[in-house]
Amino acid sequence: MTGSLEGVRVLELASIWGAWAAKVLGDLGADVIVVEPPGGHVSRTYGPFVDDQPHPDRSLWWWYYNTSKRGVALALGTVHGQQEFRRLANDADIVIEGEIPGALAQLGLDHQTMRQSRPELIWTSITSHGQNSPRSAMPWTDLTLSAASGLAWLNGYDDHSLPPMRGRGNQTLQICGTHAAMATLTALVHRDITGVGQHVDVSAFAACNITTESGTFVWLVAGQTVQRQTGRHAAVDPTMEVQVQSADGRYVTTGFLAQDAADFQALLEWMDELDLRQTFEEAFFLEIGIERGGINASRDWGDPEVMAILGAVRAALVHIAINVPALEFFEGAQERDLQVGIILSAGEAFENRHFQARGFPAEVTHDDLGRKFRYPGAPFKMSKTPWRISRRPPLVGEHTSEILGADPS
Amino acid sequence: MGALSHITVCDLSGQLAGAGATRYLAAMGARVIRVEDPVRQGRWDIVRGSPPYKDDRRGIELGGGFNNHNVEKLGITLNLRVDAGRRLFRHLIGISDVVTENFAAGVMTRLGFGYDELCAINPNIIYASNSGFGHTGPYSEFKTFGPVVQAVCGLTFGVGAPDAAPAGWGFSYMDHMGANIMAIAILAALAQRHRTGQGQWVDISCTEAGLGLTGPDLLDYTVNQRPLRRPGMPDSNHSDQPPMAPHGIYPTTEPDRWVAIACRDDLDWVAFGDICAEGWTQQARFATTSGRVANQAELDELVAAWTSTRNRDEMASALLAGGVPASPVTLSEDRIEHDSDNSSWGLFPVVHHPVIGDVRVDGLPAHFSETDWRIERGAPLLGQDNHHVYCDLLGLSEEELALLQEEGVC
Repeated sequence: MTGSLEGVRVLELASIWGAWAAKVLGDLGADVIVVEPPGGHVSRTYGPFVDDQPHPDRSLWWWYYNTSKRGVALALGTVHGQQEFRRLANDADIVIEGEIPGALAQLGLDHQTMRQSRPELIWTSITSHGQNSPRSAMPWTDLTLSAASGLAWLNGYDDHSLPPMRGRGNQTLQICGTHAAMATLTALVHRDITGVGQHVDVSAFAACNITTESGTFVWLVAGQTVQRQTGRHAAVDPTMEVQVQSADGRYVTTGFLAQDAADFQALLEWMDELDLRQTFEEAFFLEIGIERGGINASRDWGDPEVMAILGAVRAALVHIAINVPALEFFEGAQERDLQVGIILSAGEAFENRHFQARGFPAEVTHDDLGRKFRYPGAPFKMSKTPWRISRRPPLVGEHTSEILGADPS
Repeated sequence: MGALSHITVCDLSGQLAGAGATRYLAAMGARVIRVEDPVRQGRWDIVRGSPPYKDDRRGIELGGGFNNHNVEKLGITLNLRVDAGRRLFRHLIGISDVVTENFAAGVMTRLGFGYDELCAINPNIIYASNSGFGHTGPYSEFKTFGPVVQAVCGLTFGVGAPDAAPAGWGFSYMDHMGANIMAIAILAALAQRHRTGQGQWVDISCTEAGLGLTGPDLLDYTVNQRPLRRPGMPDSNHSDQPPMAPHGIYPTTEPDRWVAIACRDDLDWVAFGDICAEGWTQQARFATTSGRVANQAELDELVAAWTSTRNRDEMASALLAGGVPASPVTLSEDRIEHDSDNSSWGLFPVVHHPVIGDVRVDGLPAHFSETDWRIERGAPLLGQDNHHVYCDLLGLSEEELALLQEEGVC
């Protein structure tokens, strides 16, 4: 089976901003060529490294962002490099780049010049703040962009003497990457009908700003500011705690609290099975909840009996969670239709039986190392043209002669 | 004309994980027909009628989040429990390119509209289902919302101080990202259909989408067997890879107002020392990145002692002007009301909602030279576009529609 984007040629000028979007297009079947400077893009110096041995071809940062691509080394500062880049761009349906605005124009390799003769070309530029902002020429990191865009403000602890928190994993790059991929594919779908390409200007800062849920719309609608809380949504007014450390030390989250009589019954029966009911002091309120036929907390918020019942639901979940291992709590609750969560590390999730059964881990052969490695697999299952890592990330300049011809001089 | 003006979407999705995807398609010009249940007044979508509110009024049409997530969509009411409703739904599928939903797995099949049935009605249909765990596997019937998705897939674990309880994401990060991944899936399927004429089923699993976003940490585990659950983790305000120090969020003169500072390398450190001008910035043990990382705890204390005597915005501006990555940790008001880039981008456009009135919503972070996005219309009222969709698009007469509404079908 072939991929969705079979026959689509993407030319990527290596950047931290564009790497994820180009990878996704590659995993969807496009032929992606990533152009790096001789010696490799700077992100190849970012770890972690295979066996902790730093080397441009062993960077797991590079691996994560560059599956399903071929790699070409080109010095864009030279006339030869510029000619070859122009040739590659002329063969491409899509160009993706993350250069500082104006940098490519100085080389005569900008989208205006390149699209003049080929209006069908799609050119996606991704920068920290967009093509028209002087901030796009300033230095930004995942941390400072998280802070500037409102992401960091939302994460942290009830204890506000502790700072707001960034998330691990360079999420600002994935956020702008998803939007760059959406925009590029939209331009492609449009070109399929009209034959007309376009320039797309993606701002990572704008992307992160609108990836803040209530952090933005609560201000826009009500002029209020949400405040960070441990393990749950930032809110204008403090809300009930949701995180509990289970018997094996792992954390679970008690999620949406159940309001149906059947759920109250399930909690009582579950505690019976675990021999925990006699040590649960609030069973009485669950029994009242059953007699009442359930509650409607949003309608009756503040009603003492309803609040007591809701408190008992939370207390029952806590009582079970602290007495059983986290996974037993999570699976046991969900099998009883109670919407709770378990806080797994990415590696633990990867090994979890559900993701194994779905075939999420994708095995990729690294012929150069004589080993196979497991990568995160398909984010969605396409019934006819499945997502697929078609090749391991390229070594530095691996496909230079294959793509440019035998004699690259 | 929008980029996607030729596409019609029959949209059963809601909340944000589903509605966010079709919101994007609608802003790019697709005709998105949001289908809601007249019996329950669309309450399956928990944000319909929920806070925040613009003023003192409350009600099913006044939810601020719902308005934000459903701009530019058409809205119809349709009762899928009754035969007449299902017949109409078949007509709607017949004129659609894409069917979207984010029910729990199995719901569409129970309604009689699983992928095989959809194909029987419209052979080239693209069906996008979006659920917490996908439609197969041992957890397929488990129920999720954003916080459960991000907990299970590893994202929550990756936010927090060293050896502390997870701080997690203070919002439904995976509703946004699940919606984005869903939009990517739909667009890829549209591009593929253009080439082969074939539709397909795209089954999105939000937890798998999230697990795929966790970054190089996951490969450090699969390749180097280094688990993230280890002493000192997750320590997410520091940067172990690539190593940077100082790298953190530090206090300023005002309570609970913070500044983020990242010294990427020794040049940044020298520039930081020029601005900070404290004697300790010249100490040999801090001269190299490896030295600063090795002495990070002390370094953080010294940096924090200095930052806590400085004004947040002035300090961040001075550092950034000196070439050191730095930024205030912005509050909603800072970045929404007082950021020149956000205003020149037009990031928070005003929409008109027939009941709420004029209100600002999220815009989009990509501008297109030929077919830019358009966000002007607020979320549809319940059944606001019944007449347009049932009469103009599906060919019902006004009398037929009136009768169906009377019978509770529409």
